[in-house]
Amino acid sequence: MLSHELSANQIKEKIIKREITAQEVIEELFEWINLKEPLIKAYLCLDRDGAFLKAKEVDKKLDNGDKVGLLAGVPVALKDNICTVDIKTTCASKILEDFIPPYDAFVVKRIKEEDAIIIGKTNLDEFAMGSSNENSAFHVTRNPWNTDCIPGGSGGGSAAAVTADTVFMALGSDTGGSVRQPSAFCGNVGCKPTYGRVSRYGLVAFASSLDQIGSVTKDVYDAALLLQVVSGHDGFDSTSATVGVPDYISDINNVDGNLKIGVPKEFFGEGLNSEVGSAVMNALEIYKKNGAELIDLSLPHCGYAVATYYIIATAEASSNLARYDGVRYGHRSQLSEDNIIDMYSRVRAEGFGSEVKRRILLGNYVLSSGFYEDYYLKASKVRNLIRNDFEDAFKKVDCIISPTCPTPAFRIGEKITDPLQMYLSDIYTIPANLVGIPGISVPCGFTNTGLPIGMQILGKHFDERKILKVAKLFENGTDFHLKKPELN
Amino acid sequence: MDISVKEIEHIADLSRITLTVDEKNTFAKQLTNILGYIEKLNELDTDEVQPMAYATFLKNVFREDKLKSSFSRQEILELSPSSANGFFKVPKVIE
Repeated sequence: MLSHELSANQIKEKIIKREITAQEVIEELFEWINLKEPLIKAYLCLDRDGAFLKAKEVDKKLDNGDKVGLLAGVPVALKDNICTVDIKTTCASKILEDFIPPYDAFVVKRIKEEDAIIIGKTNLDEFAMGSSNENSAFHVTRNPWNTDCIPGGSGGGSAAAVTADTVFMALGSDTGGSVRQPSAFCGNVGCKPTYGRVSRYGLVAFASSLDQIGSVTKDVYDAALLLQVVSGHDGFDSTSATVGVPDYISDINNVDGNLKIGVPKEFFGEGLNSEVGSAVMNALEIYKKNGAELIDLSLPHCGYAVATYYIIATAEASSNLARYDGVRYGHRSQLSEDNIIDMYSRVRAEGFGSEVKRRILLGNYVLSSGFYEDYYLKASKVRNLIRNDFEDAFKKVDCIISPTCPTPAFRIGEKITDPLQMYLSDIYTIPANLVGIPGISVPCGFTNTGLPIGMQILGKHFDERKILKVAKLFENGTDFHLKKPELN
Repeated sequence: MDISVKEIEHIADLSRITLTVDEKNTFAKQLTNILGYIEKLNELDTDEVQPMAYATFLKNVFREDKLKSSFSRQEILELSPSSANGFFKVPKVIE
Protein backbone atom coordinates (compact mmCIF):
# COMPACT_ATOMS: atom_id res chain seq x y z
CA MET A 1 0.00 0.00 0.00
CA LEU A 2 1.33 3.44 -0.89
CA SER A 3 1.97 5.72 2.06
CA HIS A 4 -0.61 8.34 1.09
CA GLU A 5 -3.36 5.68 1.15
CA LEU A 6 -2.91 5.02 4.86
CA SER A 7 -5.02 6.67 7.54
CA ALA A 8 -3.55 9.47 9.65
CA ASN A 9 -3.11 7.19 12.62
CA GLN A 10 -1.46 4.48 10.50
CA ILE A 11 1.07 6.90 9.02
CA LYS A 12 1.77 8.34 12.47
CA GLU A 13 2.49 4.84 13.84
CA LYS A 14 4.87 4.13 10.94
CA ILE A 15 6.68 7.42 11.49
CA ILE A 16 7.01 6.82 15.22
CA LYS A 17 8.32 3.28 14.63
CA ARG A 18 10.78 4.80 12.11
CA GLU A 19 9.50 2.56 9.30
CA ILE A 20 9.31 5.77 7.29
CA THR A 21 10.56 9.27 8.08
CA ALA A 22 8.27 12.28 8.24
CA GLN A 23 10.29 13.80 5.39
CA GLU A 24 9.75 10.72 3.21
CA VAL A 25 6.02 10.94 3.87
CA ILE A 26 5.99 14.56 2.75
CA GLU A 27 8.09 13.76 -0.32
CA GLU A 28 5.77 10.93 -1.40
CA LEU A 29 2.69 12.99 -0.62
CA PHE A 30 3.82 15.92 -2.77
CA GLU A 31 4.58 13.54 -5.63
CA TRP A 32 0.98 12.32 -5.39
CA ILE A 33 -0.33 15.89 -5.08
CA ASN A 34 1.56 16.88 -8.24
CA LEU A 35 -0.14 14.01 -10.09
CA LYS A 36 -3.70 14.35 -8.78
CA GLU A 37 -4.22 17.94 -7.67
CA PRO A 38 -4.68 19.17 -11.29
CA LEU A 39 -7.74 16.89 -11.55
CA ILE A 40 -9.29 17.79 -8.21
CA LYS A 41 -8.11 21.34 -7.47
CA ALA A 42 -8.75 20.95 -3.75
CA TYR A 43 -6.12 23.44 -2.63
CA LEU A 44 -5.87 27.21 -2.79
CA CYS A 45 -2.27 27.12 -1.64
CA LEU A 46 0.37 24.54 -0.79
CA ASP A 47 3.21 25.11 1.65
CA ARG A 48 5.83 22.64 0.51
CA ASP A 49 8.76 24.42 2.14
CA GLY A 50 6.99 24.85 5.46
CA ALA A 51 5.95 21.18 5.40
CA PHE A 52 9.52 19.96 4.83
CA LEU A 53 10.83 22.22 7.55
CA LYS A 54 8.35 20.87 10.09
CA ALA A 55 8.94 17.26 8.95
CA LYS A 56 12.64 17.70 9.52
CA GLU A 57 11.92 18.97 13.02
CA VAL A 58 9.70 15.94 13.78
CA ASP A 59 12.34 13.53 12.43
CA LYS A 60 14.97 15.18 14.57
CA LYS A 61 12.83 14.82 17.69
CA LEU A 62 12.33 11.13 16.95
CA ASP A 63 16.02 10.57 16.19
CA ASN A 64 16.89 12.17 19.52
CA GLY A 65 14.34 10.03 21.33
CA ASP A 66 12.37 13.14 22.38
CA LYS A 67 8.66 12.99 23.12
CA VAL A 68 6.46 13.72 20.11
CA GLY A 69 2.85 14.92 19.88
CA LEU A 70 -0.40 13.09 19.14
CA LEU A 71 -0.19 14.00 15.45
CA ALA A 72 3.54 13.42 14.98
CA GLY A 73 4.40 13.84 11.32
CA VAL A 74 0.79 13.69 10.11
CA PRO A 75 0.12 15.92 7.07
CA VAL A 76 -2.95 18.09 7.72
CA ALA A 77 -4.82 20.54 5.47
CA LEU A 78 -6.82 23.54 6.65
CA LYS A 79 -9.89 25.12 5.16
CA ASP A 80 -8.81 28.56 4.00
CA ASN A 81 -10.99 30.41 6.50
CA ILE A 82 -8.77 29.26 9.37
CA CYS A 83 -6.02 31.78 10.10
CA THR A 84 -2.41 30.70 9.66
CA VAL A 85 0.47 32.97 10.49
CA ASP A 86 2.64 33.66 7.43
CA ILE A 87 0.34 31.68 5.10
CA LYS A 88 -2.36 33.49 3.15
CA THR A 89 -5.90 33.08 4.46
CA THR A 90 -8.27 34.14 1.70
CA CYS A 91 -11.70 32.69 2.57
CA ALA A 92 -11.77 32.07 -1.22
CA SER A 93 -12.68 35.76 -1.55
CA LYS A 94 -11.16 38.53 -3.61
CA ILE A 95 -11.58 40.83 -0.63
CA LEU A 96 -8.96 38.79 1.30
CA GLU A 97 -6.95 37.64 -1.73
CA ASP A 98 -3.61 38.80 -0.29
CA PHE A 99 -4.39 38.63 3.42
CA ILE A 100 -1.64 37.07 5.56
CA PRO A 101 -2.82 36.79 9.17
CA PRO A 102 -0.49 37.95 11.93
CA TYR A 103 -1.59 35.05 14.17
CA ASP A 104 -2.53 31.36 14.18
CA ALA A 105 -6.04 30.18 14.99
CA PHE A 106 -6.35 28.23 18.25
CA VAL A 107 -6.74 24.96 16.33
CA VAL A 108 -3.66 25.69 14.24
CA LYS A 109 -1.62 26.35 17.35
CA ARG A 110 -2.89 23.07 18.84
CA ILE A 111 -2.08 20.86 15.85
CA LYS A 112 1.36 22.44 15.56
CA GLU A 113 1.99 21.71 19.25
CA GLU A 114 1.09 18.08 18.55
CA ASP A 115 3.61 17.93 15.69
CA ALA A 116 1.20 17.87 12.76
CA ILE A 117 2.54 19.10 9.42
CA ILE A 118 0.48 21.72 7.60
CA ILE A 119 0.40 20.95 3.87
CA GLY A 120 -1.77 23.76 2.60
CA LYS A 121 -5.07 25.61 2.60
CA THR A 122 -8.14 24.15 0.94
CA ASN A 123 -10.84 25.63 -1.24
CA LEU A 124 -14.28 26.66 0.01
CA ASP A 125 -17.33 28.62 -1.01
CA GLU A 126 -16.48 32.27 -0.44
CA PHE A 127 -16.64 32.98 3.33
CA ALA A 128 -18.05 29.43 3.76
CA MET A 129 -21.31 30.51 2.12
CA GLY A 130 -22.48 27.73 -0.14
CA SER A 131 -23.15 24.04 -0.54
CA SER A 132 -21.18 23.21 -3.68
CA ASN A 133 -17.82 25.00 -3.72
CA GLU A 134 -18.94 26.87 -6.83
CA ASN A 135 -18.92 30.15 -4.90
CA SER A 136 -15.14 30.15 -4.56
CA ALA A 137 -13.73 33.31 -6.17
CA PHE A 138 -10.78 31.29 -7.48
CA HIS A 139 -11.81 27.90 -8.88
CA VAL A 140 -14.26 25.02 -8.45
CA THR A 141 -13.01 21.90 -6.66
CA ARG A 142 -14.06 18.59 -8.25
CA ASN A 143 -15.53 15.54 -6.56
CA PRO A 144 -12.89 12.76 -6.74
CA TRP A 145 -15.62 10.16 -7.37
CA ASN A 146 -16.88 11.99 -10.44
CA THR A 147 -15.10 15.12 -11.56
CA ASP A 148 -18.28 16.45 -13.23
CA CYS A 149 -19.84 16.66 -9.77
CA ILE A 150 -19.39 19.15 -6.97
CA PRO A 151 -17.52 18.01 -3.85
CA GLY A 152 -20.08 19.71 -1.60
CA GLY A 153 -19.69 22.85 0.39
CA SER A 154 -18.62 24.91 1.84
CA GLY A 155 -15.64 22.75 2.85
CA GLY A 156 -15.42 20.90 -0.47
CA GLY A 157 -11.66 21.40 -0.74
CA SER A 158 -10.90 19.67 2.56
CA ALA A 159 -13.25 16.77 1.79
CA ALA A 160 -11.95 16.30 -1.76
CA ALA A 161 -8.31 16.37 -0.59
CA VAL A 162 -8.89 13.72 2.09
CA THR A 163 -10.74 11.49 -0.40
CA ALA A 164 -8.10 11.93 -3.09
CA ASP A 165 -5.43 11.03 -0.49
CA THR A 166 -3.70 14.35 -1.15
CA VAL A 167 -3.73 14.85 2.63
CA PHE A 168 -4.32 12.56 5.64
CA MET A 169 -6.77 14.71 7.57
CA ALA A 170 -8.21 18.21 7.45
CA LEU A 171 -9.99 20.82 9.50
CA GLY A 172 -13.05 22.66 8.29
CA SER A 173 -15.87 24.77 9.68
CA ASP A 174 -19.52 23.82 9.90
CA THR A 175 -22.15 26.58 10.07
CA GLY A 176 -25.03 24.70 8.42
CA GLY A 177 -23.34 21.46 7.35
CA SER A 178 -20.11 22.61 5.71
CA VAL A 179 -18.08 19.75 7.20
CA ARG A 180 -20.71 16.98 7.18
CA GLN A 181 -22.27 17.60 3.74
CA PRO A 182 -19.00 17.57 1.71
CA SER A 183 -17.82 14.57 3.74
CA ALA A 184 -20.99 12.73 2.76
CA PHE A 185 -20.57 13.73 -0.91
CA CYS A 186 -16.89 12.70 -0.97
CA GLY A 187 -17.23 9.54 1.15
CA ASN A 188 -15.19 10.44 4.20
CA VAL A 189 -15.88 11.05 7.89
CA GLY A 190 -16.88 14.59 8.85
CA CYS A 191 -17.53 15.59 12.45
CA LYS A 192 -19.02 18.81 13.76
CA PRO A 193 -18.55 18.97 17.53
CA THR A 194 -20.88 20.71 20.00
CA TYR A 195 -21.02 24.50 19.72
CA GLY A 196 -18.28 25.80 22.03
CA ARG A 197 -16.32 22.52 22.13
CA VAL A 198 -13.60 23.84 19.81
CA SER A 199 -12.40 27.43 20.01
CA ARG A 200 -13.37 29.66 17.10
CA TYR A 201 -10.44 32.00 17.73
CA GLY A 202 -8.87 32.57 14.33
CA LEU A 203 -11.77 31.09 12.38
CA VAL A 204 -13.01 33.88 10.11
CA ALA A 205 -16.52 34.57 11.38
CA PHE A 206 -19.58 33.86 9.22
CA ALA A 207 -22.48 33.29 11.66
CA SER A 208 -21.08 33.39 15.16
CA SER A 209 -23.87 31.54 16.97
CA LEU A 210 -23.67 28.65 14.49
CA ASP A 211 -20.01 28.38 13.37
CA GLN A 212 -18.05 25.44 14.68
CA ILE A 213 -14.71 23.97 13.62
CA GLY A 214 -14.82 20.28 12.71
CA SER A 215 -12.74 17.41 11.35
CA VAL A 216 -12.57 15.71 7.94
CA THR A 217 -10.86 12.32 8.11
CA LYS A 218 -10.51 8.95 6.38
CA ASP A 219 -12.02 7.02 9.29
CA VAL A 220 -13.68 7.44 12.67
CA TYR A 221 -10.54 6.75 14.69
CA ASP A 222 -8.79 9.66 12.97
CA ALA A 223 -11.78 11.89 13.78
CA ALA A 224 -11.43 11.01 17.47
CA LEU A 225 -7.70 11.69 17.28
CA LEU A 226 -8.04 15.11 15.65
CA LEU A 227 -10.91 16.18 17.92
CA GLN A 228 -8.92 15.12 20.96
CA VAL A 229 -6.23 17.59 19.90
CA VAL A 230 -8.40 20.60 19.04
CA SER A 231 -11.13 20.38 21.71
CA GLY A 232 -11.03 22.32 24.96
CA HIS A 233 -11.43 25.71 26.52
CA ASP A 234 -9.74 28.81 25.12
CA GLY A 235 -9.89 32.20 26.78
CA PHE A 236 -9.66 33.95 23.40
CA ASP A 237 -13.13 32.71 22.40
CA SER A 238 -15.74 33.96 24.87
CA THR A 239 -18.18 31.27 23.68
CA SER A 240 -15.66 28.49 24.25
CA ALA A 241 -17.06 25.89 26.67
CA THR A 242 -15.44 25.12 30.00
CA VAL A 243 -16.85 21.57 29.94
CA GLY A 244 -14.05 18.98 30.39
CA VAL A 245 -12.91 17.00 27.34
CA PRO A 246 -13.12 13.21 27.85
CA ASP A 247 -10.82 10.65 26.22
CA TYR A 248 -12.33 10.08 22.76
CA ILE A 249 -9.74 7.54 21.66
CA SER A 250 -8.92 4.72 24.05
CA ASP A 251 -12.42 3.34 24.56
CA ILE A 252 -13.77 4.02 21.08
CA ASN A 253 -14.64 0.40 20.29
CA ASN A 254 -16.95 -0.03 23.29
CA VAL A 255 -20.52 1.16 23.06
CA ASP A 256 -21.62 1.01 26.67
CA GLY A 257 -25.02 -0.45 27.57
CA ASN A 258 -28.02 -0.84 25.29
CA LEU A 259 -27.84 1.58 22.42
CA LYS A 260 -31.08 3.42 21.67
CA ILE A 261 -31.14 5.04 18.22
CA GLY A 262 -33.79 7.56 17.28
CA VAL A 263 -35.07 7.50 13.70
CA PRO A 264 -36.85 10.80 12.94
CA LYS A 265 -39.60 10.45 10.34
CA GLU A 266 -39.11 14.04 9.13
CA PHE A 267 -35.66 13.08 7.79
CA PHE A 268 -36.98 10.21 5.67
CA GLY A 269 -39.85 11.95 3.90
CA GLU A 270 -40.45 13.92 0.76
CA GLY A 271 -37.38 15.02 -1.20
CA LEU A 272 -35.18 12.14 -0.06
CA ASN A 273 -33.42 10.33 -2.90
CA SER A 274 -34.44 6.64 -2.78
CA GLU A 275 -30.91 5.25 -3.04
CA VAL A 276 -29.80 7.46 -0.16
CA GLY A 277 -32.86 6.44 1.87
CA SER A 278 -32.31 2.72 1.41
CA ALA A 279 -28.57 2.94 2.18
CA VAL A 280 -29.37 4.57 5.53
CA MET A 281 -32.16 2.04 6.23
CA ASN A 282 -29.66 -0.78 5.56
CA ALA A 283 -27.25 0.85 7.98
CA LEU A 284 -29.96 0.97 10.63
CA GLU A 285 -30.51 -2.78 10.12
CA ILE A 286 -26.82 -3.35 10.81
CA TYR A 287 -27.19 -1.49 14.12
CA LYS A 288 -30.23 -3.60 14.95
CA LYS A 289 -28.26 -6.80 14.31
CA ASN A 290 -25.65 -5.45 16.70
CA GLY A 291 -28.24 -5.20 19.45
CA ALA A 292 -29.31 -1.56 19.11
CA GLU A 293 -32.92 -0.60 19.66
CA LEU A 294 -34.43 1.58 16.90
CA ILE A 295 -37.02 4.08 18.13
CA ASP A 296 -39.27 6.01 15.77
CA LEU A 297 -39.25 9.71 16.51
CA SER A 298 -40.79 12.94 15.40
CA LEU A 299 -38.93 16.26 15.34
CA PRO A 300 -41.96 18.28 14.23
CA HIS A 301 -40.25 21.65 13.80
CA CYS A 302 -37.28 20.47 11.71
CA GLY A 303 -39.20 21.28 8.55
CA TYR A 304 -38.75 24.93 9.53
CA ALA A 305 -35.00 24.68 10.10
CA VAL A 306 -33.85 25.90 6.68
CA ALA A 307 -36.12 28.97 6.81
CA THR A 308 -34.96 29.71 10.37
CA TYR A 309 -31.33 29.23 9.40
CA TYR A 310 -31.41 31.59 6.43
CA ILE A 311 -32.68 34.37 8.64
CA ILE A 312 -30.29 33.83 11.55
CA ALA A 313 -27.20 32.98 9.50
CA THR A 314 -27.60 35.89 7.08
CA ALA A 315 -28.40 38.34 9.90
CA GLU A 316 -25.22 37.37 11.73
CA ALA A 317 -23.22 37.36 8.49
CA SER A 318 -24.35 40.86 7.53
CA SER A 319 -22.97 42.07 10.84
CA ASN A 320 -19.77 39.99 10.78
CA LEU A 321 -18.90 40.98 7.22
CA ALA A 322 -19.31 44.69 7.94
CA ARG A 323 -15.63 44.64 8.94
CA TYR A 324 -14.47 44.32 5.32
CA ASP A 325 -14.16 47.98 4.53
CA GLY A 326 -10.79 48.20 2.78
CA VAL A 327 -9.26 50.22 5.62
CA ARG A 328 -7.35 47.90 7.95
CA TYR A 329 -6.73 44.93 5.65
CA GLY A 330 -7.96 43.33 2.46
CA HIS A 331 -8.88 44.63 -0.94
CA ARG A 332 -8.95 48.39 -1.68
CA SER A 333 -10.54 49.77 -4.83
CA GLN A 334 -8.19 51.28 -7.41
CA LEU A 335 -10.90 53.73 -8.47
CA SER A 336 -10.67 57.31 -7.27
CA GLU A 337 -11.98 57.87 -3.77
CA ASP A 338 -14.19 60.92 -3.41
CA ASN A 339 -15.70 60.10 -0.06
CA ILE A 340 -15.51 57.29 2.45
CA ILE A 341 -19.00 55.86 1.86
CA ASP A 342 -18.25 55.47 -1.86
CA MET A 343 -14.96 53.89 -0.97
CA TYR A 344 -16.60 51.27 1.28
CA SER A 345 -19.28 50.56 -1.29
CA ARG A 346 -16.78 50.09 -4.11
CA VAL A 347 -14.44 47.91 -2.05
CA ARG A 348 -17.35 45.63 -1.16
CA ALA A 349 -18.81 45.62 -4.68
CA GLU A 350 -15.45 44.58 -6.14
CA GLY A 351 -14.38 42.26 -3.33
CA PHE A 352 -17.48 40.15 -2.62
CA GLY A 353 -19.01 37.54 -4.95
CA SER A 354 -22.73 37.12 -5.67
CA GLU A 355 -23.63 34.71 -2.90
CA VAL A 356 -21.93 36.83 -0.24
CA LYS A 357 -23.67 39.97 -1.51
CA ARG A 358 -27.00 38.14 -1.58
CA ARG A 359 -26.60 37.00 2.03
CA ILE A 360 -25.49 40.41 3.28
CA LEU A 361 -28.52 41.98 1.60
CA LEU A 362 -30.87 39.35 3.01
CA GLY A 363 -29.31 39.70 6.47
CA ASN A 364 -29.63 43.47 6.51
CA TYR A 365 -33.18 43.18 5.20
CA VAL A 366 -34.35 40.85 8.00
CA LEU A 367 -32.69 43.07 10.59
CA SER A 368 -33.86 46.36 9.17
CA SER A 369 -36.37 48.54 10.92
CA GLY A 370 -39.95 47.30 10.50
CA PHE A 371 -38.88 43.74 9.62
CA TYR A 372 -36.85 42.68 12.64
CA GLU A 373 -39.80 41.25 14.57
CA ASP A 374 -41.31 39.46 11.59
CA TYR A 375 -38.08 37.80 10.63
CA TYR A 376 -35.19 37.75 13.09
CA LEU A 377 -37.24 37.57 16.27
CA LYS A 378 -39.61 35.04 14.73
CA ALA A 379 -36.68 32.86 13.66
CA SER A 380 -35.09 33.06 17.12
CA LYS A 381 -38.32 31.73 18.59
CA VAL A 382 -38.63 28.91 16.08
CA ARG A 383 -35.02 28.05 16.86
CA ASN A 384 -36.13 27.44 20.44
CA LEU A 385 -38.95 25.16 19.25
CA ILE A 386 -36.43 23.13 17.25
CA ARG A 387 -34.21 22.86 20.31
CA ASN A 388 -37.18 21.61 22.36
CA ASP A 389 -37.81 18.92 19.74
CA PHE A 390 -34.28 17.61 20.22
CA GLU A 391 -34.41 17.86 24.01
CA ASP A 392 -37.56 15.76 24.06
CA ALA A 393 -36.01 13.25 21.67
CA PHE A 394 -32.83 12.85 23.68
CA LYS A 395 -34.88 11.91 26.75
CA LYS A 396 -35.72 8.72 24.87
CA VAL A 397 -32.62 7.97 22.77
CA ASP A 398 -28.81 8.11 22.91
CA CYS A 399 -28.40 9.38 19.37
CA ILE A 400 -30.37 10.17 16.22
CA ILE A 401 -29.56 8.72 12.82
CA SER A 402 -30.58 10.18 9.47
CA PRO A 403 -29.18 10.68 5.99
CA THR A 404 -26.58 13.49 5.95
CA CYS A 405 -28.02 14.94 2.73
CA PRO A 406 -31.20 14.29 0.77
CA THR A 407 -29.27 13.47 -2.44
CA PRO A 408 -25.79 12.38 -3.49
CA ALA A 409 -23.39 14.96 -4.97
CA PHE A 410 -25.03 16.95 -7.77
CA ARG A 411 -23.46 18.09 -11.01
CA ILE A 412 -21.43 21.28 -11.35
CA GLY A 413 -23.79 24.04 -12.48
CA GLU A 414 -26.97 22.13 -11.57
CA LYS A 415 -28.17 24.41 -8.77
CA ILE A 416 -26.02 27.52 -9.08
CA THR A 417 -28.75 29.71 -10.59
CA ASP A 418 -31.34 28.79 -7.96
CA PRO A 419 -30.10 29.80 -4.49
CA LEU A 420 -33.15 28.39 -2.71
CA GLN A 421 -32.66 24.89 -4.18
CA MET A 422 -29.02 25.08 -3.15
CA TYR A 423 -30.02 26.05 0.41
CA LEU A 424 -32.39 23.08 0.62
CA SER A 425 -29.51 20.64 0.12
CA ASP A 426 -28.55 21.37 3.76
CA ILE A 427 -31.96 20.43 5.12
CA TYR A 428 -30.71 17.56 7.36
CA THR A 429 -27.51 19.16 8.61
CA ILE A 430 -28.83 22.61 9.61
CA PRO A 431 -30.84 21.57 12.71
CA ALA A 432 -27.65 20.49 14.57
CA ASN A 433 -26.16 23.98 14.11
CA LEU A 434 -29.31 25.75 15.28
CA VAL A 435 -29.45 23.53 18.37
CA GLY A 436 -25.67 23.36 18.89
CA ILE A 437 -25.44 19.57 19.17
CA PRO A 438 -22.62 17.43 17.71
CA GLY A 439 -23.01 15.44 14.50
CA ILE A 440 -20.89 13.12 12.43
CA SER A 441 -21.29 11.93 8.85
CA VAL A 442 -19.95 8.48 7.98
CA PRO A 443 -19.95 6.69 4.61
CA CYS A 444 -22.78 4.14 4.44
CA GLY A 445 -23.05 3.16 0.78
CA PHE A 446 -22.79 4.12 -2.87
CA THR A 447 -25.31 4.95 -5.56
CA ASN A 448 -25.60 2.93 -8.79
CA THR A 449 -23.41 5.52 -10.47
CA GLY A 450 -20.74 5.16 -7.79
CA LEU A 451 -21.28 8.28 -5.72
CA PRO A 452 -20.84 8.00 -1.93
CA ILE A 453 -23.77 8.22 0.50
CA GLY A 454 -23.40 9.61 4.00
CA MET A 455 -25.24 8.78 7.20
CA GLN A 456 -25.51 11.37 9.96
CA ILE A 457 -25.35 10.54 13.66
CA LEU A 458 -26.46 13.34 16.01
CA GLY A 459 -25.79 13.34 19.75
CA LYS A 460 -26.52 15.28 22.91
CA HIS A 461 -24.63 18.47 23.74
CA PHE A 462 -20.98 17.63 24.57
CA ASP A 463 -21.54 13.91 23.91
CA GLU A 464 -19.09 13.61 21.00
CA ARG A 465 -17.73 10.50 22.68
CA LYS A 466 -21.00 8.64 22.15
CA ILE A 467 -21.45 9.53 18.48
CA LEU A 468 -17.83 8.61 17.75
CA LYS A 469 -18.43 5.21 19.34
CA VAL A 470 -21.69 4.71 17.45
CA ALA A 471 -19.94 5.69 14.21
CA LYS A 472 -17.06 3.32 14.97
CA LEU A 473 -19.44 0.44 15.64
CA PHE A 474 -20.81 0.81 12.10
CA GLU A 475 -17.39 1.29 10.55
CA ASN A 476 -16.05 -1.85 12.24
CA GLY A 477 -18.69 -3.93 10.46
CA THR A 478 -18.48 -2.31 7.02
CA ASP A 479 -15.86 -1.32 4.44
CA PHE A 480 -17.41 1.74 2.75
CA HIS A 481 -14.74 3.98 4.29
CA LEU A 482 -11.97 1.93 2.66
CA LYS A 483 -13.20 2.35 -0.92
CA LYS A 484 -11.06 4.65 -3.07
CA PRO A 485 -12.03 6.52 -6.22
CA GLU A 486 -10.15 5.88 -9.45
CA LEU A 487 -8.45 9.17 -10.16
CA ASN A 488 -7.76 9.27 -13.87
CA MET B 1 -44.11 39.60 -0.47
CA ASP B 2 -42.35 41.01 -3.52
CA ILE B 3 -39.06 42.79 -3.02
CA SER B 4 -38.80 45.74 -5.40
CA VAL B 5 -35.66 47.07 -7.04
CA LYS B 6 -36.14 50.17 -4.92
CA GLU B 7 -36.01 48.12 -1.74
CA ILE B 8 -32.87 46.36 -2.99
CA GLU B 9 -31.30 49.78 -3.55
CA HIS B 10 -32.18 50.78 0.00
CA ILE B 11 -30.68 47.60 1.54
CA ALA B 12 -27.63 47.84 -0.72
CA ASP B 13 -27.10 51.34 0.60
CA LEU B 14 -27.41 50.11 4.21
CA SER B 15 -25.00 47.28 3.32
CA ARG B 16 -22.49 49.65 1.68
CA ILE B 17 -22.40 47.67 -1.57
CA THR B 18 -22.65 49.30 -4.98
CA LEU B 19 -24.81 47.13 -7.26
CA THR B 20 -25.08 47.03 -11.04
CA VAL B 21 -28.52 47.24 -12.69
CA ASP B 22 -28.35 43.52 -13.49
CA GLU B 23 -27.49 42.65 -9.89
CA LYS B 24 -30.41 44.73 -8.59
CA ASN B 25 -32.87 42.91 -10.85
CA THR B 26 -31.49 39.46 -10.07
CA PHE B 27 -31.32 40.03 -6.32
CA ALA B 28 -34.87 41.44 -6.26
CA LYS B 29 -36.14 38.22 -7.87
CA GLN B 30 -34.01 35.90 -5.75
CA LEU B 31 -34.78 37.61 -2.44
CA THR B 32 -38.49 37.56 -3.26
CA ASN B 33 -38.19 33.84 -3.83
CA ILE B 34 -36.18 33.19 -0.63
CA LEU B 35 -38.41 35.40 1.56
CA GLY B 36 -41.43 33.63 0.07
CA TYR B 37 -40.02 30.35 1.33
CA ILE B 38 -39.21 31.88 4.73
CA GLU B 39 -42.86 32.95 5.13
CA LYS B 40 -43.63 29.36 6.13
CA LEU B 41 -42.48 30.29 9.64
CA ASN B 42 -45.77 32.17 9.98
CA GLU B 43 -47.57 28.81 10.11
CA LEU B 44 -46.24 28.52 13.67
CA ASP B 45 -47.76 30.25 16.68
CA THR B 46 -44.78 31.56 18.64
CA ASP B 47 -46.49 34.11 20.90
CA GLU B 48 -45.57 32.18 24.06
CA VAL B 49 -42.08 31.09 22.90
CA GLN B 50 -38.91 32.69 24.18
CA PRO B 51 -36.37 33.72 21.54
CA MET B 52 -33.07 31.85 21.53
CA ALA B 53 -29.87 33.60 20.48
CA TYR B 54 -27.29 30.97 21.38
CA ALA B 55 -27.18 27.21 21.23
CA THR B 56 -25.62 26.65 24.63
CA PHE B 57 -26.36 28.41 27.88
CA LEU B 58 -23.72 31.07 28.06
CA LYS B 59 -22.91 33.24 31.01
CA ASN B 60 -21.02 36.47 30.98
CA VAL B 61 -17.32 35.81 30.78
CA PHE B 62 -15.17 38.05 32.94
CA ARG B 63 -11.43 38.38 33.06
CA GLU B 64 -8.90 40.39 35.05
CA ASP B 65 -8.44 43.86 33.64
CA LYS B 66 -4.73 43.33 33.12
CA LEU B 67 -2.41 44.60 30.44
CA LYS B 68 -1.37 41.90 27.95
CA SER B 69 1.01 41.95 25.05
CA SER B 70 -0.53 42.54 21.63
CA PHE B 71 0.57 43.26 18.09
CA SER B 72 2.82 46.20 17.40
CA ARG B 73 1.37 49.17 15.52
CA GLN B 74 3.76 48.46 12.66
CA GLU B 75 2.63 44.81 12.26
CA ILE B 76 -1.00 45.86 11.98
CA LEU B 77 -0.39 48.81 9.66
CA GLU B 78 1.54 46.54 7.30
CA LEU B 79 -1.72 44.68 6.63
CA SER B 80 -3.45 47.85 5.51
CA PRO B 81 -3.81 48.62 1.80
CA SER B 82 -3.17 52.30 2.58
CA SER B 83 -1.44 53.86 5.55
CA ALA B 84 0.74 56.89 6.29
CA ASN B 85 2.57 58.36 9.29
CA GLY B 86 1.44 55.56 11.59
CA PHE B 87 -2.24 55.84 10.65
CA PHE B 88 -4.73 54.12 8.33
CA LYS B 89 -5.34 56.34 5.33
CA VAL B 90 -8.92 56.94 4.11
CA PRO B 91 -10.67 59.64 2.07
CA LYS B 92 -11.39 62.87 3.91
CA VAL B 93 -14.32 62.49 6.35
CA ILE B 94 -14.39 65.96 7.92
CA GLU B 95 -14.79 69.14 5.91
